[in-house]
Amino acid sequence: MDYVIETKDLTKRFGNFTAVDNISFAVGRGEIFGFLGANGAGKTTAMRMLCGLSRPTSGQGFVAGYDIFRQQEKIKRNIGYMSQKFSLYEDLQVWENMRLFGGIYGVKDSVIFSKIDETLEKLGLSSERNTLVKALPLGWKQKLAFSVAIFHEPQIVFLDEPTGGVDPVTRRQFWELIYEAASRGITIFVTTHYMDEAEYCHRVSIMVDGRIEALDTPHNLRQQFQATTMDEVFHRLARKAQRQGE
Amino acid sequence: MIHVQHINKNYGRICALKDISIDVQAGELFGLIGPDGAGKTTLFRILTSLLLADSGEATVDGLNVRKDFKELRNHIGYMPGRFSLYQDLTVEENLKFFATIFNTTIAENYHLVAPIYSQIEKFKTRRAGKLSGGMKQKLALSCALIHKPTVLFLDEPTTGVDPVSRKEFWGMLKALKAAGITVLVSTPYMDEAILCDRIALMQHGQILSVDAPDKIVAQFPTKLYRVRSNNNYALLNRMRQHPAVETVFMFGEYLHVTFVDQSKATSACFSEFEAQFEEITPNIEDCFIYLTQQKWIM
Repeated sequence: MDYVIETKDLTKRFGNFTAVDNISFAVGRGEIFGFLGANGAGKTTAMRMLCGLSRPTSGQGFVAGYDIFRQQEKIKRNIGYMSQKFSLYEDLQVWENMRLFGGIYGVKDSVIFSKIDETLEKLGLSSERNTLVKALPLGWKQKLAFSVAIFHEPQIVFLDEPTGGVDPVTRRQFWELIYEAASRGITIFVTTHYMDEAEYCHRVSIMVDGRIEALDTPHNLRQQFQATTMDEVFHRLARKAQRQGE
Repeated sequence: MIHVQHINKNYGRICALKDISIDVQAGELFGLIGPDGAGKTTLFRILTSLLLADSGEATVDGLNVRKDFKELRNHIGYMPGRFSLYQDLTVEENLKFFATIFNTTIAENYHLVAPIYSQIEKFKTRRAGKLSGGMKQKLALSCALIHKPTVLFLDEPTTGVDPVSRKEFWGMLKALKAAGITVLVSTPYMDEAILCDRIALMQHGQILSVDAPDKIVAQFPTKLYRVRSNNNYALLNRMRQHPAVETVFMFGEYLHVTFVDQSKATSACFSEFEAQFEEITPNIEDCFIYLTQQKWIM
């Protein structure tokens, strides 16, 4: 299998607190990988290391073919990132956001402008090309933010709770965009608090107190824990947590 | 206990609430279910007398939200969506502050907040700003309860909270209901709807349906099928093109499908996807989707 994320015994300590404790896993190209855990389980710290934003204390890790200790800048160029909290500039127009992010990731001007039109058409947002982002409904913003995050055709896109607060139809349309990107070979690494969304993922890992306590397909996890939903699986594991979140 | 009649509210050109009427009974745990922008917070602010409606009337515990607002505020507890306690005060100072402005003391109503407050009491000298998300939520609920309100308004108390803390929070709401407090709670999580006695499904400032969750489900006007296949995304795109398919959405590892004419869209039509159909009972999310697709007028 062709892996785009591989870690071995990856660890991050802050003083004597071990935020991420010896995690080892691999994610394949084009896979939709769900990264779950309660607040405080260590998801954000792990994700920051994988994105090249935080240096691990020990262990090994490769993302998009680059070493997370020594090639952090190369990693950043080959990934996309989107979170619910911040993704787009509200005071820029729709096309200006795409132009800006495309430019930051080194996409050529000649490519950027045709790709802006193509992307907006696919989203059905061509008429909103010159609209300020702050004037868009939340659901449109999130679909746009996802498209901006993969505008430079990264190998992997990291999605940090991307669908909070949107209506169920928009949430599904969002997942359709995710499937479309994955079918083109982009790997999706996603965190979510919606346990039903875990069922959209090809494979899911669940972190408890800094460790990966379970990792498999949703189907196999439900069987392993004799549960009917991922929600039940999550509760079985997360209940054991010693740490309180933040 | 809460009586809302034909409330309208516009912000400039934007219609936030359109002809909202609901009645919440004493002792009921009533949920406003809907995504961001549905109008939940606007309705909360009107019912807690913090915002005036453009038209329509509302009373809470027999008090008019416009005329009797001063008296009303002694009767209600309100936990806004954004954490709004004093970050620089300690846990105990916050609770004491809210008790004092309502002319009461922590001791007087301790029994009411004890099940919740006792969980964070060991951190009572910690500043509120330094608490974890789950603890902040418990403190905010304690502060909203300390003056013994008859009606509690909770605006998205579980948003952004992990599933374990969410479950714990709903356990607390059940206990408050048992103590006789009327609770109006909003949430964007459809799976929380079944934990309420009755719910109002909301979108774009309008109420789509009000009833007990199981009654809404029972009124689903057509048959719903779930489909498993070897490639859901490809099958989804195929089904969207098929004239006999009415709606089709991804639902975790399944597709959920309704048909215009099921006899013209059997699994044989989609055999290359090894599609297997199974009729299922809809959940609240199915109902919400179907209502918002305007295939179902209640």
